[in-house]
This record gives sequence, structure tokens and C-alpha cells, in this order.
Amino acid sequence: MFLNQFLLLAAILFCIGVYGVLARKNGVLVLMSIELILNSVNINLVAFGAYWHVNDMANVTGQVFALFVIAVAAAEVGVGLALVLLIYRNRQSINIDDVDMLKG
Amino acid sequence: MLALLVAQNIAFYIIAVMMVFGAIRVVTTKNVMHAALWLVLVLSGAAAQFILLAAEFVAITQVLVYLGAIIVLFLFGIMLTRAKTGTDDDLDNKKSAKFIGAGIGLALFGLMSYSLIDGFKDTEFGDLTVQRTAEVSDSIFSTYLLPFEVLSVLLLAALIGAIVIARRD
Repeated sequence: MFLNQFLLLAAILFCIGVYGVLARKNGVLVLMSIELILNSVNINLVAFGAYWHVNDMANVTGQVFALFVIAVAAAEVGVGLALVLLIYRNRQSINIDDVDMLKG
Repeated sequence: MLALLVAQNIAFYIIAVMMVFGAIRVVTTKNVMHAALWLVLVLSGAAAQFILLAAEFVAITQVLVYLGAIIVLFLFGIMLTRAKTGTDDDLDNKKSAKFIGAGIGLALFGLMSYSLIDGFKDTEFGDLTVQRTAEVSDSIFSTYLLPFEVLSVLLLAALIGAIVIARRD
């Protein structure tokens, strides 16, 4: 297996996630696209980790960082969904476009 | 050995096609609930790729945390915000924004694939050996102890923060 096939798969998923963040206006769907992005980063980390592990058996840095990313993603989704709920409670809609009070 | 390699490659491409299709459906479907369910396909595909990469612990964690917790959280979020069940045409930005988004995505992919192909031309993995959970835990609790503790505090802070934000008072 080539290293590149995993990296390119991760690149495709990352770009689809970026498109989702830009094209969606529903708050929950934007969060899902962010999950896609974080997940593609994980694929990269594990692929590089496996590649390193072949040469240096004691080195599992890629996996450790992937685990850290998973934990941070869980925290991010928790807080993000709490914010979406709050926006819904105040405005009866979760369109990101409606949240424009910072605009003068 | 060769047969195993061929099998791994076939599995990789089948799962990769599934994941890309699922990801495209996540960002294009008109039904919020379906988007969450397509996300399940992508995330479980990622877990399968981790197994192909011989990273068993990350694969299991992916299933437990992403499929078990985060998807359920998303479904709760969808239900609590009373999203329309069935199709909803009001999920996307207007056409021009979608075109700009697609352009940025394609440009980004062109850039990344160029640099990846240029940088790692045909680097092979060699003989993948299973990265045992014991090695991972050794690494976390020795080299990466401090980041691990910081992460625990971050999770606690996120827990309290989410409760404070979403609480009704």
C-alpha cells in the first residue's frame, strides 16, 4: 500500500468538509462538516504513524495524536451543539445567516 | 504476502469510495437526519481504514467516541432544534455561495494533491505491524503525560461550559 493513497483520501474528505462549511447554513450541518474535516486529519495522523512505526517500533506518536484529536473533537461538538441550542432558543431558527448582530 | 497486499488494496479502495460518496451526501443531502446517518458511513469507514493501517486502538476509539457518542449528540441536536423531518430546502446558502465554496474546495484539493504527489511520490508502507494498545498506552502515560492531563482539563472545561451555555435560567 502506498502512503499517498491514504493521504489523498484524507485530502478529498477535507475538501468536501470545507465545501460543507462554506455551503451550508444550518448550524448542525456546519458542525457535521467540521467533523468531516477533523476526521480526515485523523486519517492523515494514523497513516503517518503507521509509516513511522515500520522503522521505529517504539514510536506510536501518530496514534496518540489521533486520540487527542478525537477527544478535542468530542469537546468541540459538545460546546458547539450547546451554542446551536442557545441560538435556537433565542431565535427559533439555527440559520447561521440570522446570527448577524456583530454586523453594524 | 502479495495476496494480502492485493486484498488490502481492494479493501482500501472499496471503503474509500464508500467514504467519499457518504461525505458528498453529508454536504449535499436535503434532509438533516439523513446527513447524520451518512456521517455514520464516513466515520465507520474511517475506523475500517484505521484497522487497515494496523491501528487497532484508534479504530475502536473511533467507533466508541464518534459512532457511539458524537452521532447520538448530533441526533439529539437535530431533534432538540425541531428540524423539519423530511426534506428541507432551506439548508444551503444561496447558489453563488455554493459555487464559491465548491471553487475553494476544488482549488484546495488541487493544491494538496499536487504537493502530496510531489512530496510522497510512491512511498510505500513496507510491512505494517500491529501497533499494540500497550505501546500506545506506554506512550501516552510517559512521553505525552502532560498533554494528556491538559486534555482531561479541557474535557472538564467543555463539559461545564456546555452545561452553563445550554442551561435555561
